[in-house]
Amino acid sequence: MTSSFWARHLIRYVTLAYIGVMLVVPVSIILWRTFKPGFGQFWSWITTPAAIAALDLSLVVVAVVVPLNVVFGVLTSLLLARGRFRGRAALQSIVDLPFAVSPIIVGVALILLWGSAGALGFVENDLGIKIIFGLPGLILVSIFVTLPFVVREVQPVLQEVGTEQEQAAATLGSGPWQTFWRITLPTIRWGLIYGTVLTTARTLGEFGGVIMVSSNLPGESQTLTLLVNDRYARGAEYGAYALSTLLMGVAVVFLIVKTTLLVRRKRAKAAV
Amino acid sequence: MTTAIIPDPEAIRPELAQPGSQLPVPPEGLRASRNSGFTSLRVGVTALWLSVIVLLPLAAIAWQAAGGGWQAFWLAVTSRAAVESLQVTLGISVVVTVLDVLFGLATAWVLVRDNFVGKGLIDAVIDLPFALPTIVTSLVMLALYGKNSPVHIHLQHTPPGVGMALAFVTLPLVVRAVQPVLLEIDRDVEEAAASLGANGLKVFTTIVLPSLAPSLLTGAGLAFSRCVAEFGSVVTIGGAVPGKTEVSSQWIRSLIENDDRTGAAAMSIVLLSISFTVLVLLRIVGGRAAKREEKAA
Repeated sequence: MTSSFWARHLIRYVTLAYIGVMLVVPVSIILWRTFKPGFGQFWSWITTPAAIAALDLSLVVVAVVVPLNVVFGVLTSLLLARGRFRGRAALQSIVDLPFAVSPIIVGVALILLWGSAGALGFVENDLGIKIIFGLPGLILVSIFVTLPFVVREVQPVLQEVGTEQEQAAATLGSGPWQTFWRITLPTIRWGLIYGTVLTTARTLGEFGGVIMVSSNLPGESQTLTLLVNDRYARGAEYGAYALSTLLMGVAVVFLIVKTTLLVRRKRAKAAV
Repeated sequence: MTTAIIPDPEAIRPELAQPGSQLPVPPEGLRASRNSGFTSLRVGVTALWLSVIVLLPLAAIAWQAAGGGWQAFWLAVTSRAAVESLQVTLGISVVVTVLDVLFGLATAWVLVRDNFVGKGLIDAVIDLPFALPTIVTSLVMLALYGKNSPVHIHLQHTPPGVGMALAFVTLPLVVRAVQPVLLEIDRDVEEAAASLGANGLKVFTTIVLPSLAPSLLTGAGLAFSRCVAEFGSVVTIGGAVPGKTEVSSQWIRSLIENDDRTGAAAMSIVLLSISFTVLVLLRIVGGRAAKREEKAA
């Protein structure tokens, strides 16, 4: 008994120490550094014109990327969960592919495709639409890296619930749209919300991919993460910390949403 | 949170993720006539979307690398800097993966089998590295181990610094792969073994560890491929010292900045092959484990 008691406590405290040293201490230090010069200083760092322009740009990217990935994510999940067609396995692998690709390589791929010397360079050279080093590049990178999130959350739910309710609705004379809004959407809502939150958080936090395709001009083509990097590189440490704390706020919101959804799912399962 | 790989064992164990084939499929006559045209339209739209977003860009890499010919490819991936960056990347990734497996297993164990005040909080905090943008991770590491380190540990521009950053971003992967499996394990067998006189360590190594092995492997694979792909969190703490801290993704970036497009494409193919090999191996191992479970059931 005593030996297992000691083993249990040893494992517990070693683990807690590891999480403390690896996670809690580093994150606390940055919070402490951010607020050491005072809250006023923090506020002025996150309201400089460059910071506001970066926030605007990040939000524009989110506003384009998230709806697109939600719509196509739900469409893809429905196909993968319900459809029986040739190439379904291939489609599934393509959806999972972005997880295995480094964001830097996503950047390389887009430059080689859409850049002025790329395979589809005519879009920039002849049609005058600047994709790499412009807003479309940022959007394409973000769509690529966040592509699997909605599908990953929605597809399992669709598979679990099956099609009985939808069929019942169809038998009772409901059209495809009505069935989707009244039956399918309410069923997948928690998965969809979580997938959307993941997509948003990842889009705001993306760095490796956007640094490749952005012209990185302050106030013009810098997203929040690029500005953090830029400030640090120019020695404005506290400015970088302030923006990091802002981004960390997004991360904390993400964790809260996730925990709430988990509790809800557990309750829903317990109720059944 | 660059390349957040969700620690979802289903990702590489498709057998678990696709129970769809066993689900009741609507009778053909009921829907097929009206829906078959609709379905192929949806398949077409989805395939087009995925092609433009994912496949075409990746094809552009292959096209660029092939355009230079075999010799250019070989030169690019065997150049001194390329080989050194690969050595650094793989070396640090292996060490970090081993760390992840050890502490990930311990953490999952504590979260499932132990009970103490504040366990729920720890469980929630584990996901923080997923949620944190990688550039913020980078700054967090610098604040702790940089030149003004409050604990006087200076790891900036050293391989251990890169390792710490990678260990931070991959910390949840093994935990989240092992945790659900550990929750499901039937404890009767362990109790029986214990009552027959097996001690704690023996029960753990002969009964618990074998059933956890596939999920541990899954977690390890995800952690390793994440390490290989990582850029944002290592870029400032590492500082790209050639042969010491410059990882392959950083080398690829400097190739593009120097307009060596063929070299960047070649190195990208090498890195992609490493990630894909790991994931395919995991799929095979996962598939075997699932089959064994089916037989046992």
